[in-house]
Amino acid sequence: MSEKNRATPLLDELDKGPWPSFVKEIKKSAETNPMARDTLGQLERSFEDKISHWKHGGLVGVMGYGGGVIGRYSDLPEEFPEVAAFHTYRVNQPAGWFYTSEVLRTLCDIWERHGSGLTNMHGSTGDIIFLGSKTEALEPCFADLTAHGFDLGGSGSDVRTPSCCVGPGRCEWACYDTLDACNDITHSYQDELHRPAFPYKYKFKFSGCPNDCVASVARSDMSIIGTWKDDIQVDQEQVQKYAADGVDIRNEICRLCPTHCIQWDGKSLDIDNSECVKCMHCINVMPKALRPGKERGATILIGAKAPIIGGALLSAVFVPFLEMKPPYEDLKELAEAIWDFWGEYGKNRERVGEFIQRVGLGNFLEEIGLEPTPEMVAHPRTNPYIFFEDELEDEDQ
Amino acid sequence: MAVAERKTDIGPPDFRQFLPPIIKKNYGTWAYHEILEPGVMVHVAESGDKLYTVRAGTPRLLSTVTIRAFAGLADKYCGGHLRWTSRHNVEFLLTDKSKIAALKEELHELGFPVGGTGNAISSIVHTQGWVHCHSSATDASGVVKAIMDELYPHFVNMNLPAKLRIAFACCLNMCGAVHCSDISVLGIHRKAPKIDHENLPKMCEIPTLVSSCPTGAIRPATIDGKQSVEVEEAQCMYCGNCYTVCPAMQINNAEADGISIWVGGKVSNARHEPMFSKLAIPFIPNNPPRWPEVVDAVVKLVNVYAENAQKHERMGEWIERIGWPRFFDITGIPFTKYHIDDFRHAGETYKRSTQLKH
Repeated sequence: MSEKNRATPLLDELDKGPWPSFVKEIKKSAETNPMARDTLGQLERSFEDKISHWKHGGLVGVMGYGGGVIGRYSDLPEEFPEVAAFHTYRVNQPAGWFYTSEVLRTLCDIWERHGSGLTNMHGSTGDIIFLGSKTEALEPCFADLTAHGFDLGGSGSDVRTPSCCVGPGRCEWACYDTLDACNDITHSYQDELHRPAFPYKYKFKFSGCPNDCVASVARSDMSIIGTWKDDIQVDQEQVQKYAADGVDIRNEICRLCPTHCIQWDGKSLDIDNSECVKCMHCINVMPKALRPGKERGATILIGAKAPIIGGALLSAVFVPFLEMKPPYEDLKELAEAIWDFWGEYGKNRERVGEFIQRVGLGNFLEEIGLEPTPEMVAHPRTNPYIFFEDELEDEDQ
Repeated sequence: MAVAERKTDIGPPDFRQFLPPIIKKNYGTWAYHEILEPGVMVHVAESGDKLYTVRAGTPRLLSTVTIRAFAGLADKYCGGHLRWTSRHNVEFLLTDKSKIAALKEELHELGFPVGGTGNAISSIVHTQGWVHCHSSATDASGVVKAIMDELYPHFVNMNLPAKLRIAFACCLNMCGAVHCSDISVLGIHRKAPKIDHENLPKMCEIPTLVSSCPTGAIRPATIDGKQSVEVEEAQCMYCGNCYTVCPAMQINNAEADGISIWVGGKVSNARHEPMFSKLAIPFIPNNPPRWPEVVDAVVKLVNVYAENAQKHERMGEWIERIGWPRFFDITGIPFTKYHIDDFRHAGETYKRSTQLKH
């Protein structure tokens, strides 16, 4: 029962070892919070029974929003009454996950007033996760959050909380302002984020360079990945220093370049930039010597998703190069054109990547008003089953 | 609270107010960076200003007690400024190099390891598991903790051929980038859903439920005079999509559920294009609290990779060079019929050449 700590011999095994322990974290909150105490108790039961004791979420939320709260109930409510209802808030994080100690304490105060004191920093999509709220606490906690400048993120069939890499905040490779773009898009689409109206979820992720630190190409319906068009900036003196310090440039740089467009004669690095595919390898290995070019923007790719339902997909190229300047009108125009078409014809729980495969990329491009280009395919089709349009029929008539 | 006072759709707070002064000053004008030691980086701006970052691993699930402790460290060492990374690491942002050692010492005392940079294993991106999810086929935090206890030396050192990214998801929904990681640990169900015919008509919409099945295994049926569904079990691939749509389709099964392991995925474009992870081990039973068989399998994969890959080669690039037959040979992992794809477009994964090593 919730008045005292239940013995947790299985979880105590995870108190041990050098890596920081989530069990320790739950125990810290459990010292003062009965909800955290019952979380620990129920988790021990799952470890005994090898099964989850959470029931499918019901429809809960805050007034006027269709997302942002994930309903969760215990299937052992009598044994663990403090977690009988244990809903999750997705609180929209500041872009780049930057905080001050002051704002973190404010968030802690809010969460200690209304919930379990347990969080995820952060959830997989990027939100601050407040784990475990009773149903009656949802509205007051939401009011407390908005009074302190925070709002909920997305859930269900809506725009999910966009996220981005550290970008120009700390990274010399940022090819556009990921922090500003993420913040701008999030604020521009508050209605789409809070009120689910799509066939399924729609995720944005902003990575500043092709290293893709937020896994945009794998995890977002709209992947905005920084790149450049002109020449890699080279500081030959620094290249020589790397060589002197033990970097085997011929083996580690030239040989591993995917298009073999780099030559090294022992004195200077010669890059044939017209052949460069902007993979980042040489820049990653010698960050003091090489930098992305100055004509910067992003490649826009569409359609990544996890396996459910029709199999996992990586995003596919839609716009090979787009200048990324506020207010990001081209990007918004593209997103809205996609939403119009997919919103009308997508099936329930069909991600845009699956929808594109069903209708065909060629047809999809036509509907949203993009011209097909060879950058969009790994290679042209190998089968002859071409659906020619009706230009011949007209001649028959 | 009166409706008129309600604030909605204000969006997240503007990140600019939380940036430290050195970042505000040098925003977008960083020149280069160096990793000074595992978990410690310096970013040098064109102005010559230097920003030091100390990165520490966390369990992702944090109490407000610990968040307050991090806030205290940020006040003491960083003028109150810190951030988190996309892999659940916390980063302290310093301008005074001389304070790094003391900060590291305090993090060590608190139990948070400094590392995760360069050719290391960073924190495992993972999901909720039994802590908070209804469809999980395994716990997440528990397995991750057990794996990271063993891989700890690779977090605090940088001695691998390249970086190695591990991700964990507790079911096929994959609330993490599990399908494109060097090593992916994935919870899987292995039994068709158990149907609660009593409650199904009250809880679920039957046409939506029928159409939720990617293989068409669910059909409408009348059971004891009530409208319900039946499942053609031979067609079920245990994706759990029906359970997400309808709570009366219980997919969790203590005996059948467990873990699979996948290898060789990446998301970065460096050298090789991004690629999916591929199946290495189809099933390992759940064995809480420390899942020793899963931990052993992951550690072995890391060790074999570390011993055999060339410098800069990610797991997937290494396997592509040596070939899958040799991967199964040197890891000792049995190759079974389960490794051969039989979903859509499976034929694209068959080997159709004589370029084989004998």
